[in-house]
Amino acid sequence: MELKTKIQAEEGRQELIITREFDLPVELLFKAYEDPEIVAQWMGTKVVQLENRKHGSWRFETSYAGQLVFAADGVILEFVPQEKITRTFEMENASFPVQLEFFEFEKLTEETSKLTMQIIFKSVAFRNKLLKMPFAQGLNMAHDRLQAIVNQQKTDKK
Amino acid sequence: MNLRRDVFQAIADPTRRAILILVASQSMTAGAIAANFDTARPTVSKHLQILTECELLQPEQSGREIYYHLNSQKMKEIADFIEPFRKMWDDRFNKLEWVMKNYKSKK
Repeated sequence: MELKTKIQAEEGRQELIITREFDLPVELLFKAYEDPEIVAQWMGTKVVQLENRKHGSWRFETSYAGQLVFAADGVILEFVPQEKITRTFEMENASFPVQLEFFEFEKLTEETSKLTMQIIFKSVAFRNKLLKMPFAQGLNMAHDRLQAIVNQQKTDKK
Repeated sequence: MNLRRDVFQAIADPTRRAILILVASQSMTAGAIAANFDTARPTVSKHLQILTECELLQPEQSGREIYYHLNSQKMKEIADFIEPFRKMWDDRFNKLEWVMKNYKSKK
């Protein structure tokens, strides 16, 4: 079976390309990146700021068990609805230099779309270092949050 | 750890990935491997050297020939290494898809 999410990491290049095809119209896919409330839901982070315009700024904060565990911020350089978002990304209190991120949204059919996310790093070494970060913990947290949303929906129905 | 980065770079090259896939089915000599590529023989030798240094391939003397074997343990380590990153994004995107499908049906 072909994987839905693919990672391309060519040798000696200071970039990563992540692609994913969605079973969603491109308008909905874009909305998932545009609407702060929706971003918060699927990223599992608090969206402190999200100014969707050229030279706008953004900031996310993630807490776990009451502790701030992750914060990132940046500047939006391009914002074209249904087409593209270009932004900088920087983790706060981490030893990583700022990254440049290009998001391209593509309509495939009326009901499907594709996202191409290109991340440019300061160096090849930093790219490889990011790939090696302990993501396992993040995965568990994502699962916990998903469970929480599902439970919440069950309660809402009652 | 430096070795890990080297391993990572070793598999990022398309020719080297093709070599690994080739050798995965059966052990082969350098000549037999090179016969599968249009690339010059010394280039293939260089690829084999890098893969051997990263312990992805293990050379074994058999009579006059050297056969290259795939080190499956090392291959598994690599899969384990990039897979969590891919899985993290896959999970996030699955969730995005799920959230937006819900959003659509609510409208």
